[in-house]
This record gives sequence, structure tokens and C-alpha cells, in this order.
Amino acid sequence: MSDTPILDVQGLRKSYGKLEVLKGVDLAVRERELVFIIGPSGSGKSTLLRCCNRLEESNGGAVIFDGTDITAKSTNINAVRQKIGMVFQSFNLYPHMSAEGNVALALRKVLKRPKAEALERARAALDRVGLSDKAENYPNQLSGGQQQRVAIARALALEPKMVLFDEPTSALDPELVGSVLEVMRDLRTAGMTMLVVSHEMRFAREAADRVVFMDEGHIVEEGPPEQVFGDPQMPRTRDFVSRIDH
Amino acid sequence: MEFILQNFFNWDIVTQAWPLLLRGFGMTLILMAAVIPVGCIGGLTVALLGQSRFRAVRWLTIIYVDFFRAFPPLVLLIFIYAGLPFAGIDLPAIVSVCLAFLLNSSAYYGEVFRAGIESVGTGQAEAARSTGLSGFQTTTYVVLPQAIRNVLPDLVSNTLEVAKLTSLASVVALPELLYSADMARSVTFNATPIVMAAVLYLVLLWPLVRLLSRIEHRSMGSR
Amino acid sequence: MNADITQWDRFLASFFDLAVMQKYLPDIVDGFLLTCHLAILIVISGLVLGLILAVIRAYEFWLTSWLIVVFADVMRALPPLVFILLLYFGLPGVGLNLSGYAATYVTLTLVLAAFSEEIFRAGILATPKGQWEAARSTGLGFGQSLAYVIMPQAIRMTVPPLTNRTIAIAKNTALGTVVGVGEILNQATTGQSFSGNASPLVLGALAYLILFIPVVVFGRWVETRFAWRRT
Repeated sequence: MSDTPILDVQGLRKSYGKLEVLKGVDLAVRERELVFIIGPSGSGKSTLLRCCNRLEESNGGAVIFDGTDITAKSTNINAVRQKIGMVFQSFNLYPHMSAEGNVALALRKVLKRPKAEALERARAALDRVGLSDKAENYPNQLSGGQQQRVAIARALALEPKMVLFDEPTSALDPELVGSVLEVMRDLRTAGMTMLVVSHEMRFAREAADRVVFMDEGHIVEEGPPEQVFGDPQMPRTRDFVSRIDH
Repeated sequence: MEFILQNFFNWDIVTQAWPLLLRGFGMTLILMAAVIPVGCIGGLTVALLGQSRFRAVRWLTIIYVDFFRAFPPLVLLIFIYAGLPFAGIDLPAIVSVCLAFLLNSSAYYGEVFRAGIESVGTGQAEAARSTGLSGFQTTTYVVLPQAIRNVLPDLVSNTLEVAKLTSLASVVALPELLYSADMARSVTFNATPIVMAAVLYLVLLWPLVRLLSRIEHRSMGSR
Repeated sequence: MNADITQWDRFLASFFDLAVMQKYLPDIVDGFLLTCHLAILIVISGLVLGLILAVIRAYEFWLTSWLIVVFADVMRALPPLVFILLLYFGLPGVGLNLSGYAATYVTLTLVLAAFSEEIFRAGILATPKGQWEAARSTGLGFGQSLAYVIMPQAIRMTVPPLTNRTIAIAKNTALGTVVGVGEILNQATTGQSFSGNASPLVLGALAYLILFIPVVVFGRWVETRFAWRRT
């Protein structure tokens, strides 16, 4: 694990009208690290994540990714986004394309790979998430868990330096959650840098390098999972942790 | 620039043609007030017949609707106005217009109401019948109110079309707005009266178009 | 009884006079072909223009958006016949001579463009926001996301309303008769006034049924086939 952070969020602020959602957030993620963000709903977790690839424009502070400030107007955000994968709660697969079409689209149009090469890489990515046999299926022919794995393959195919997960299992039936966590576990073993917003506390405990607890637009506490779950320092963290069932 | 003003916005001609156009505008309003309700009621009747228990009646309404949707309204109007006298039926222009509109717009309104009625789940009618409401009461109090709300954008859109269609009456010499404007044009050899008619149509129908845009955007995707 | 029979004969003679029909059939066929190709030209150029306008409007640049809204509103609020007469009788005054055919073509193309722009736009707005986000998160630009991800879904959604609107506007080619376009209705009324017999009108009506009944039935099929269905 190297010491220079690949993602460095500095004093990030974001408001919707009068409502301030992020009130100056600092967060550093190092390469090969799996950082888990937890907290009550409305605490700003998802907004923080979405600011990291500028799906939301921030109102102050900076997000430095791999040496460039992505909040700067001069930054070519499309180039940066190739390097930051994102997985959404509702999968957001393109319904008019097959699984491999979903994965290959950015390879062809952003990386400008020829069709054959793009499809080959798409199939390799689908193979990585255990879906090589579903390459030609359309999203409506796949289960929720399979759809989410296709979405992960879509992010991985671009060979990103980091992947953002925005509640990747929240929309899934309980019996399908395992297959998605399995893939995330494999990614961690392979050394992928990941920033995850999720309610899967058991997974956080077992797989995260670091857990960040957010509340009301602030980072309240962060540390290794044993500490945040086992011996929280701040009263608000203690309160939150005591309510989740183990 | 001068040239354009002369030909399209000639103030002298505006003042001359104004009384004639105003009368035409009044006739257009009367025409709309007559044909829109007639089309709506006709369409509702067609839609309800389309829900009939008897297969033959359902088929007849489909044939009726498709037949009159296939005819351009102007063709229907001219057929009635210029064709029926050959059968010994001589109708005044206004009656020809109303008859053509009844046949044409009842077919279109009928399709809209049908879609609305079919959009209300059968559970609604079953629930109403289970509380002892009659078939007629069920339709009136439970099904139709929901049906109309579900197809409100199409209803407004169709009404806008019918309103614009009244301009066809000019072809059979009914002195409504467009006819009056074209009269004034042929007398003055200037397009200004037609521009005036266009402005009057815009004043009358633009609010409807705006309304339509608002409710259409709200409805797509939530259907 | 006898009177009834003569009535019936008179009816047949006025509406189904075979000799008259035979004489005017070639004219009606000419009108039929003209209606067909005018309608096809209008449908193609109107839909293409509407799509282009919807795409420009998706960029949300205030000036172009405002211009497109005004254009679409005006073309939707004006009866097409008013616009045809305006072009046909107005433009010569400024030195531009438009044939009746051109005036009809331009008017109906613009009307279809206005309506289809609104329908395409509604389809774009109805495509879930997550689709944009997913596309943008993989590095696709705005135009690329629109072209490869949003439009294919938007167009699919808009097929039923677009089909019905297109059919309605194609039928408006009959308005061309007012400015002397020799389409079906024009041939039929000309035949009727020359022959003093309604048979050419009946032929004209038949021509419209032959042309548009299949189209209307097709529209009905499209409506059920593309009924809203989401995964």
C-alpha cells in the first residue's frame, strides 16, 4: 500500500439551494485501499461519492484524483471518468443493449477500440464477474444480481484506477446480494482501489481497510473496522453502531 | 424591410379589414363552440359502444373509427358538401361542416376515450360493482373520471386539432376567420389579412399549446 | 314501388356512373401518385428536422431552446391551411414565387417537425436520469451519451405517438387542393365539376381509403406492439 493518496478530497462543500449537504469533507484514499462509508440516510454519503467523478458539481473545496483537481473547469472530465469506474444502486444498464454491448460501448466510443477488440475485452470483463455465458442477454433477461455484475464489468472494462460503489446491493433481493459481494471481494484481492457507500456492515467488517462514519455532512470518525464497529470513539458513532444488528 | 412591412403588415389594410375579420373570428368561435362538444359526446358514445358485450357492436365501432380516421377531414367535408346534393340532399354549409366534424372527430375522440377506459384496471369496475353500483353508475362515477384523467393530454391535444380544423370550413365558403381573411386578401391583393388571421389564431390557441406542453411532459414515462 | 326504383337508379347514376369513372380514373391515379410522393417527402423531412431540433434543444442553450420553443408553439397553434395560404399568396409579394406544391410541402414539413420535436423531447426527458449518469460515468461525452444511450431509448418510447401524428399530417396533403396541387382531392373535385357527376368524388374517396386504411391499421398495430413496457 503506497502512501500518496490516489484520491484526496479537501474541504469539499456541496449545497442544494439552502440545504448544505457536505460541510467541508476531507478524505484520502490510498491505492489498493478499500474504504467503506457508512452513516444514516441523508448524511451526505452518496453526494460525496458522486462529487468524486463530478456527477455532482461541488460548491467549494477540491477533489484531487491521481494528481489532477477534477473540480477545476479546465479538467477534461471525460478523460478522468475513464479512470474512475462507478457502480450505481439501480444498475442503470442500457436496456437496448446486450450485456456485452453495455460493457463495450465506452471501449468503442471513448477509448476508440475497434469493434472486435472491444467485444473481446467486454467478454473478458464479463468473465471476471462470472457472467461469460450471459454476454448476449439483454438486461431484462437477467436477475438483479446479474445486472449489477454486468454494471461492475462495464466499469472494470475501462481498466479504472479506482471504482466507486453507490449502495450496490440496496436494490437487490437478499438472496442475490452474495453474488455481488463475492465479485467485490475478488476485486479487493486483485488490489483494486474501492470507495464504497453501503449498508452491508458485515461485509465492511470483514473486507474494509478503513471505515468512515458520516453524519450531517461531516466525517465524524474514521478508522479500521475493528475500531469503528468495536470501540467507537464519538458518541454519534456509538449511537449509530449500536443500532445496527450484527 | 419596407417591402416586407408593405406586404405583410400594412396598417391601412389592417384597419380596413379589421371589421370583416372580427366577424369571421366570431363565426370561428361559434363553430368551435358547436363542434368540440359534438365531437366529444360522439366520441364518448363511440368509446362506450366499443366496450359493448356484443362482439358485432365492438367490431362495428372499430370499422367506424378506422374508416373515418382514414379520410382526410377536408375530403369528408367536400364529399358531404359537394357530393350529397347529387343524392338530392342539399345541406347548408354550416350543417355540412357540423356533420363532417361529427363523423371525423367522434372517431378521434372515440380512440382517446377508449384508451382511457382501457387504462383503468378491471379491479376498479369489479370493486364498484361489488358495492352494488349498476353498470351505468360504475362507468359514470368510477371508470370515466379516472379514464379522463389518464388521457387528459391526448384529450387536450385532440381538442386543439379540432379547433384548428374549423379553418377548413373556409373551403366550403362558410364565412369564418380564414374565409374572411382570404376574401380581404383577394380584394386588397395583399397578404396582410392572412397575417392578421394567423395572429388571431395564435392568440386563441397558443395558451392551449402551452398547456399541452406542460401536461404532456408530465405524463410521458409515468404511463 | 316504381318510384323507388327510379330513385335508386338516379343514385347509382350520380355516384357510380361507370363511364364517368372510367374517364376520370387516370386522373385519380395521377392524384394518388402525387399524394403518395408528397406525403413520403413530408414524413421524411419533417421527422428528420424534428429529430435535429430535439437534439439541439437537448443541449439546453438558452437562445436555441427559446427559438425552437417559439417555432414549435407557432407551428402547432396555427391551422396548417392558414400557413399554406400565407406562403402561397404572401411570398410572391416579396419576390418569392412558391408553387402550391412547395407551399404545401414546406408547411406540412414544418408542422410535422414541430410536433415531432416535442414528442422526441418528451422521450428524452422521460429516459431515466440514471442512464445519463451511467453513460457519463464511463467517460462518454454529452453528445455521445445522447446518441448511443439516450436517443435509442427515447425514440422507442416515442414510436406510438409519433406514428399517429405522422399519419394525421400525411393526410393533410389534401389541403394542397386549395392552392391547386393536383393530388387526389383536387383531381376528384375537378372531375366532379367537369362531369357534373359525383362519381369522381367516390373514386377519390376510394383512393384515400386504399391509401390510408392500411396506414391506420398499421398505426393501431404499432400502438399495441410498442405499448409502454419497462424493465
